[in-house]
Amino acid sequence: MSVLSLSGATHGLLSSVSLPAGPQTPLGKARRGFCGHVDAISADGYPDLPAGELESRLIELGFVEGARIEILHEGAFGRDPIAVRVNEATIALRRREAMAILVS
Amino acid sequence: MTTASSAGPLHLALVGNPNCGKTSLFNALTGSKQKVANYPGVTVERKSGTFKTPAGRTVHLLDLPGTYSLRARSPDEQITRDAVLGRLPGETQPDMLLCVADSTNLRIALRLVLELKKVGRPLILALNMIDIAKHRGFAFDLDRLSDELGVPVVTSAAVRRGGVEDLLARMDAMVDASTAPDGTTTTAANTWTTPSAHELRATQREADRILRACVTTPGRPDTLTGRLDTVLLHPVAGIVILLVILFVMFQAVFTWAAPAMDLIEAAFDALGGLVEAYVPAGLLQSFLKDGVIAGVGGVLVFLPQILILFFFILVLEDLGYLARAAFLMDRVMGSAGLHGRAFIPLLSSFACAIPGIMATRVIDSRRDRLTTILVAPLMTCSARIPVYVLLISAFVPSRPVLGLFDLQGVVMFSLYAVGILGALTVAFVAKRVFWRDQPSEPFMLELPDYKLPRPKSVALGLVTRAKAFLERAGTIIFAMAVLIWFLASFPQPPEGATEPAITYSLASMIGHALAPLTAPIGFNWQINVALVPGMAAREVAVAALGTVYSIGGGDTQIGEALAQSWSLATALALLAWYIFAPQCAATLAVIKRETGGWRWVAVTFGYMLTLAYAAAFVTYNTAVALGAG
Repeated sequence: MSVLSLSGATHGLLSSVSLPAGPQTPLGKARRGFCGHVDAISADGYPDLPAGELESRLIELGFVEGARIEILHEGAFGRDPIAVRVNEATIALRRREAMAILVS
Repeated sequence: MTTASSAGPLHLALVGNPNCGKTSLFNALTGSKQKVANYPGVTVERKSGTFKTPAGRTVHLLDLPGTYSLRARSPDEQITRDAVLGRLPGETQPDMLLCVADSTNLRIALRLVLELKKVGRPLILALNMIDIAKHRGFAFDLDRLSDELGVPVVTSAAVRRGGVEDLLARMDAMVDASTAPDGTTTTAANTWTTPSAHELRATQREADRILRACVTTPGRPDTLTGRLDTVLLHPVAGIVILLVILFVMFQAVFTWAAPAMDLIEAAFDALGGLVEAYVPAGLLQSFLKDGVIAGVGGVLVFLPQILILFFFILVLEDLGYLARAAFLMDRVMGSAGLHGRAFIPLLSSFACAIPGIMATRVIDSRRDRLTTILVAPLMTCSARIPVYVLLISAFVPSRPVLGLFDLQGVVMFSLYAVGILGALTVAFVAKRVFWRDQPSEPFMLELPDYKLPRPKSVALGLVTRAKAFLERAGTIIFAMAVLIWFLASFPQPPEGATEPAITYSLASMIGHALAPLTAPIGFNWQINVALVPGMAAREVAVAALGTVYSIGGGDTQIGEALAQSWSLATALALLAWYIFAPQCAATLAVIKRETGGWRWVAVTFGYMLTLAYAAAFVTYNTAVALGAG
């Protein structure tokens, strides 16, 4: 359920403006074509995994502060999941988890 | 410093990220000398093989499940961690670790290397797919990389002929260097502990520093993969292409397999005919023909579908497309609580649940895989079609509905639709019943660069699947076929019996005993009896009904006779029953093999039986109330 409500919120925000590449945007809210760097991983309050687990998994996939980021593709339904270029690799993840990655 | 004996063969374990080309390196090193089994008690596959180094040393190679770290988040990754640390019961701790890395994607791999170093075992890093990397403009300072990591580095191109020679040569030198004259291997103490997020971050930073110092990247991603993805991951074109691929695959499993299956059935019928001609009529003839030959045939007949489906899966997986398919379907499957990768197994189950259940191996997460296995038998498989067709043509009048459709077609369609809805509902409920305490795994996966599949690797994969099916599931399917034959044949009819033999058998006793239970759903004892041999294969129930009612001739005659002896309510109840009933011993056998125990077989059998009874009950009583009794 929370996935649905989350992406709904994302939509509302996205349809109004094209996102400014300002500081500290969650990657989960960015649109296709977004380019930037990872600023921080903030997975506190993520409900589905024990504390620190989502952060560890994201780091293991290369989401470390300073990594180059580009959103290459969006899913057909609700623009979810997203395919993200992280330095040399391409990672697919849902926007729900991408909210923990703060980018600029 | 501790020492471990390395007298005898060297135990080498392959470790690496998913998609690093570990399996192709394993294939290149061991060739056909490989063995696939399951680790005891878990569904994780154990792949091992042997090869000889140029110096003549025998090496036992163990291919461990791909992982991003030793933190072990899934049962597969636990196996990798425990095997590397020597904590796996019944498994020798590897004398040496061979860490495989995709040369075009070293960043995440180098972090794993730094983590593996802490285990203290001798470690070699193999830069795999080095040919592709150099072609794309990567440049490597191998000596510096080796110095910075403190680990010998070799290059390999597993899919090229001769691509592993450097690796083999260096392995001898490496073993010699770490082996004392008395034959013991020098290993450092294990200092690995589960890393915190903080430590992971620090290790990744160190890996990034080493990468910058030793590897020049071309600065732009693989353009071919990028261009392909522009189309294949396009929100509209991507979905259309996926549906076309799936349609071709489904057609192939459904129709290309048919001639081979017909051939196998004809061959075993002919074999049965030979037995009939040369073995005197009686118990032995019946055992050979209806028990043994029908049993073996009943196993082999699934092989064409399994091979065709796995051909597609292996090619798509090696190509790198399977991860894209999961990406495209994730949202749709996710709404039912299923993983994006569950799509292919469920689609295949429309042809037959057996290859479908085997195909759930593409799902990494154990709980997602079990949920998919649980609901796969609800997809309307091709064995249900003869039963559906017979009952619909005998009981449902052919008349137009809404001027467009035919009532018979509408009923057939609803049977399929109810199966799909049932599967999605069960998946949704299972998540809340069995996995209440474990929230769903986040969907995160790497989309590897596209690569052309190697025929040899696909062929090896097919042989492995076929062997696994025949050895592990085939034996159970065969045993069940013999058991069902036994139930339908014993006790033998008395002298001068006038009724069909099956009416004197255990199957008939079961049918009669169940009659009070099945009366509320409109089944008479004859139906119950026919359902027993129907366990061997769903479509057999049709022929069995013919036997019980002593009807000669083909399906049409059986249909006409049934239309006279059953009410419409009974026929509709049987159709509803067939949507859900666990009427297939082979499916149960495959579930046992794929889940590694009877527990999930019991769960599947139990829930399907309950649903089948409920569906038949509601259908029968509604129909009776509407005057169709």
